Formats: sequence, structure tokens, C-alpha cells
Amino acid sequence: MFDFLQGYDVLGAFWMTVKLTVLSALGSLVLGTLLAAMRVSPIPLMRGFGTAYVNIVRNIPLTIIILFSSLGLADIFGVSMGASDFAVQGFRLAVLSLVVYHAAFVCEALRSGINTVPVGQAEAARAIGLGFGQTLRLIVLPQAFRAVVVPLANVLIALTKNTTVAAAIGVAEAATLMKTMMENEAQTVLIAAVFAFGFVVLTLPTGLFLGWLGKRLAVKR
Amino acid sequence: MTDASVAKDAMAGTDELVVLKSVDKHFGALHVLQDIDLTITRGEVVVVIGPSGSGKSTLCRTINRLETIDSGDISIDGKPLPQEGKALARLRSDVGMVFQSFNLFAHKTVLENVMLGQIKVRKTGRQAAEEKARALLDRVGVGTQADKYPAQLSGGQQQRVAIARALAMDPKVMLFDEPTSALDPEMINEVLEVMQQLARDGMTMIVVTHEMGFARSAANRVVFMADGRIVEEAAPDQFFSNPRSDRAKDFLSKILHH
Repeated sequence: MFDFLQGYDVLGAFWMTVKLTVLSALGSLVLGTLLAAMRVSPIPLMRGFGTAYVNIVRNIPLTIIILFSSLGLADIFGVSMGASDFAVQGFRLAVLSLVVYHAAFVCEALRSGINTVPVGQAEAARAIGLGFGQTLRLIVLPQAFRAVVVPLANVLIALTKNTTVAAAIGVAEAATLMKTMMENEAQTVLIAAVFAFGFVVLTLPTGLFLGWLGKRLAVKR
Repeated sequence: MTDASVAKDAMAGTDELVVLKSVDKHFGALHVLQDIDLTITRGEVVVVIGPSGSGKSTLCRTINRLETIDSGDISIDGKPLPQEGKALARLRSDVGMVFQSFNLFAHKTVLENVMLGQIKVRKTGRQAAEEKARALLDRVGVGTQADKYPAQLSGGQQQRVAIARALAMDPKVMLFDEPTSALDPEMINEVLEVMQQLARDGMTMIVVTHEMGFARSAANRVVFMADGRIVEEAAPDQFFSNPRSDRAKDFLSKILHH
């Protein structure tokens, strides 16, 4: 029944999906945290930049960001991301685009978490002599992260599925292979089902685990 | 430090520790602090009382600049209150603050709460910080709770931890912003006893409170505020038995004799 899978490296394609997901998730967590820090900073310029970034980036379709990174950044401006061949360059550009895009969502999830931390926590931190950065890093963000594990899981799940957009610039991940297989094989519905199942296998445990973790880490007040 | 500067510090140390001069503050149209002049000398315990909305909490919070002021001057130990940044953080570390709602760091244990400022602000080593934290927790009577999280403690215990957290910074002055107002009645005394002990030990304290008993027994001076102004300042005996202003007479007649 699954003869059509022969000759195709389905696991290899999903491995590429996993690599895209993990690297982009780490990158967007870092960038999103920086953006959230900017959005609550006392410096108006930083706040303005954070707000502008989020409102511009989250309102542009990911497909356009990825195409721009390939056709614009790479082809016109010659940004090759330090890669020697097109496959590596495409992969790096895809990660960059996914990071840039999802950082906006991580930022907003985290900012809603910051809003759950009572003002008194930051006041107490400042009252013992901690500066703005220390207050954010030691007191506010650790509590904010615990409050937003579940919304961050949503972003991670969306990110996992959004890696398929990298197919638009020819990165050899799951959706690219699915398209090839559908063109070559007759069992299109089964092929779609196999790939759909593959994504569920990736995202369902992630969601369940992070849901459990969110409950466990919740700050008791 | 040279001998001369030590002598100068010691001289400054004999008298004025916290000085507010013609301090004004508005919250929008509300003039919460009106031309406040107040001087607190080293070792003095000043209790600020007054009706709700009289500006007494705001006054307390301006002293470590958790609230900014519109005009006037505030200086602590001879130095004017810095605007922002590192200098302000350094000053705040010398001014202990205890809040109405405790504000213990919810994601850290009791012990970590008392160690954090020592390690991150004073740059004390972990071991020394832990020893001091445990000693302070013992002093306020919650030594056995050191490894619990704040939410596992009663309100009175949390507030005593908050006092220990402030004391861990070796503050020059302690601000108490209605420290017992959020407590169940049976827990008020355990907090007041710790505060009374502190007062006896010579700590300079500014206490905003509704606890008239504490004001009578521990205060050197009572400051009565109403409508953003300091209406009356007197020794507690004199204030409670023979208030000069009508506003204070009216206030006392409403809260006493129950």
C-alpha cells in the first residue's frame, strides 16, 4: 500500500523540517525576548522600534518575507549568509526569515506575560537597588516566561508548520518533497495524509509537553 | 578614605538623614503633595498617619523615587536624590522599603529573596549572603521557612521576610508603606513586634500606618497628613492626648474610642 514511498527520503525531508524548526525557534526566542525588552524599556526610541518592528513584521505574509530574503537579499543585494552552495544558502535564508517573522509573535506573547507580573514585583526589585536590566532579567522575565509557556507553545506549533513555506525558495524540507512526490506518483491523497501525519507527530507531543510544563512552572501567588 | 572625610561623614551622621524641602506632586488634577517640608534625623522613628488619600503613601514612595516629584528637593544623607540610572539604584539600595502587599519575588524561595540583593547589588559572595540571610530570617522569626516559596507563607510571615530582605542591604533608613494593612488581624502583632525591635535597635524608620498603638509606643514623632499637606507634627503623647489642629482632632475622634 505504501510502495509509493520507495525511492523518496521522507525521513530526510522531515529531518530538514526539524532542523528549520529548532534553529528558528531558538533564534526567534532570543530576538523576541530582546524585542519584548525594548517594548517595555523606559527609552522611547527603543519602545518605538519594538512597536514598529512587531506591527510591520507580523502583518506581512511569511511567504513574502521568505521570497524577499531569497530574491531580494540574496539575488539583488548579494547576501549569501556565508554559504558556498545554494542549498545551504536557501536553508540559512529560510531560518533567517522564520526567525524575523516569529520573533514578532514571541515578543507579543512575552509582553502579555510581562503584564501578568504585578507591578509590585518590579517595584520591590528597584527598591533593593536593582537596575532596569537586572529587574527585567532576574525578576520580571522569569515570571513572564512561566506565564506564557502555553502561548509560546502555540507559536512553536505554528512555526513548525510554517517551515513548509521554505518550499517557496526550494529548501528540501517536507513540503518540497511532498510536492515532488505528488507530481510523480498517483496516490496524491495518501501522500498528503502521510505528510499531514508527519507534522502531527512533530507538533502534538510538543503541544502536550509544553501544556504540562506550563502548569508545572506556573508561579503561585 | 581620609580622616577628614570620615570626620565629615560622622558630622553629617549626627543629624539630618532624610530631608524633604517644599516637595510638590500632582496626579493629573489632584495635588497629592503640597509644599511638603520634612526632616528626619538619624535614629528617629517617624510615623505618618492621616486619612485615606491624604498623600502619606505617596510621600513615602517619593523618598526612594518610586514616585517622581514635580518640584522641590529630597536629599538622603546629604546627597540629593539622583534622577535615574546607576546612581539612583545605588541610593535605593541604601533605603529599605517594605510594601503593603509584601511584594516578595514569587518565583524565588524565601532564602533567595533575602540573598538576591546582597549578591546582585552588594556583590557579596553566595556563602556570606546565605549566612546573613539565614541570620536575618532567624531574627524576624521565620528561619524555619527559608526554603519555602512566598505563596506557602502566611501574610505575617511574608511581611517579616520582606523586612529581612530590606535589612539584608544594611539600609540607612527603612520606609514602611502601610506594612500591616493587608494582614489578618491576628498577624499584625508579629509584624509590629519586629518593627518595634528594629526601632529599639536604633534604625531610622519612616512608617506610614493606621496602627495607632505602634505610633504611641515606638514613634519619636507623629506626622499627621491631610489633603496632601502636613497638618501637624508632634511627639506621640502630645499628638494623641492634645492635638492642636481641628483636622487632627476630627480624625482622632473618628478612629479612637471604639
